[in-house]
Amino acid sequence: MLTKRIIPCLDIKDGRTVKGVNFLDLRDAGDPVELGKRYAEEGADELVFLDITATHEKRKTLIELVSRIALNLNIPFTVGGGISSVEDVSALLNAGADKISVNSAAVKRPELVSDIASRFGSQCVVVAVDAKNINGVWKVFLNGGRIETELHLEDWVKQLEKLGAGEILFTSMNHDGTKNGFACEELARISDMISIPVIASGGAGKPEHFLEAFTKGKADAALAASVFHFKEIEIKDLKSYLAQQQIPVRL
Amino acid sequence: MIAIIDYNAGNIQSVRFALNRLGIEPVLTSDAEQLLKAEKVIFPGVGEAGTAMKFLKEKNLDKLIPQLSQPVLGICLGLQLMCQHSEESNTDCLGIFPVMVKKFERVLKVPHVGWNNISKLKSSLFRDCSENSFVYYVHSYYAETGEHTIVETNYINSFSAALQKNNFYAVQFHPEKSSTVGEQILKNFLSL
Repeated sequence: MLTKRIIPCLDIKDGRTVKGVNFLDLRDAGDPVELGKRYAEEGADELVFLDITATHEKRKTLIELVSRIALNLNIPFTVGGGISSVEDVSALLNAGADKISVNSAAVKRPELVSDIASRFGSQCVVVAVDAKNINGVWKVFLNGGRIETELHLEDWVKQLEKLGAGEILFTSMNHDGTKNGFACEELARISDMISIPVIASGGAGKPEHFLEAFTKGKADAALAASVFHFKEIEIKDLKSYLAQQQIPVRL
Repeated sequence: MIAIIDYNAGNIQSVRFALNRLGIEPVLTSDAEQLLKAEKVIFPGVGEAGTAMKFLKEKNLDKLIPQLSQPVLGICLGLQLMCQHSEESNTDCLGIFPVMVKKFERVLKVPHVGWNNISKLKSSLFRDCSENSFVYYVHSYYAETGEHTIVETNYINSFSAALQKNNFYAVQFHPEKSSTVGEQILKNFLSL
């Protein structure tokens, strides 16, 4: 049976993990490779590496890092942050990334999604969508949530599916950072609307939130960062809890 | 020498890195002479069947691959290309396995992405792997089950998670991304 995926997200700056990470026993918790391997051993199903430097000069550092991750990691991983062209994608996939994630660039130039999909296949195109519920309307935001667009979330995800996106990574800005749970109602609505997988993001605080994302939210995967980095939730414990609750997970 | 067939097929680096982790440096090549003398040949693939067949034909690999006599392992699209025909772009494939490749009906989400289990294991390719082990999949098309099926997975319907005929082996999942189970399968192939 196809399992629900648990995906830790690591923020990268200048080739190093950013958020203070609570892995005291790691030789170098700032090394994305060591941290990624640890998560893989603990049962993470995939990893997302988000490059938040994403300046042009630092691209080379990122490419080198991606090669090092690919050489060391035996589970799939996605790389995102600052991707705005087919050439960027080509460099990351050639370095060994399994998938790439695009966000703002796709809003500015939707054909980027179809260009990547037709060249490399839909399976490698994750489109990250940051959205906020404003008076009952879910609006899409750009640049890490700083710029509001006129796009409605539901229209945008339907368009993304047509353009050839392989997966949607939906972050609710209303929930992100709150640790009060994922945006389950809206997750379910978009999950029913499209036939490609939806990854829930934003709001994870306790194991019950993941359960809700998969049941009420109908998500195919759930992504979180700080609850894993600070060991508030251990991936192994989370997955045994989900299994007890009859959610199919890889143990 | 372990050769990986190089024909613009996408996940070649991932397969190469997976072999590196097992202490092996493969040769990436589309050269007939190199492929014929390799101990083992890995035939990876990610992408679209029609385009991939075109690349194979341009390099005359469509004639060569079915003639290889050493153990060959197709991965993902590699498996589908080793079949008779694919519904993807209505493509005639290499015909090593007399099996049809079909598109999943959209009863559930397609592509089939993520970790799913393998059952009815019956080949030395799965030595030391347990029934219902989890492996990683990303695909929208599947090979039907039949006499050459050596392991099955169920998603929407049962399909061939792996096929074998003589020296030809192929897996629909990605062993290079399937954690320790995938590593075991690659090791088993290398020790055939």
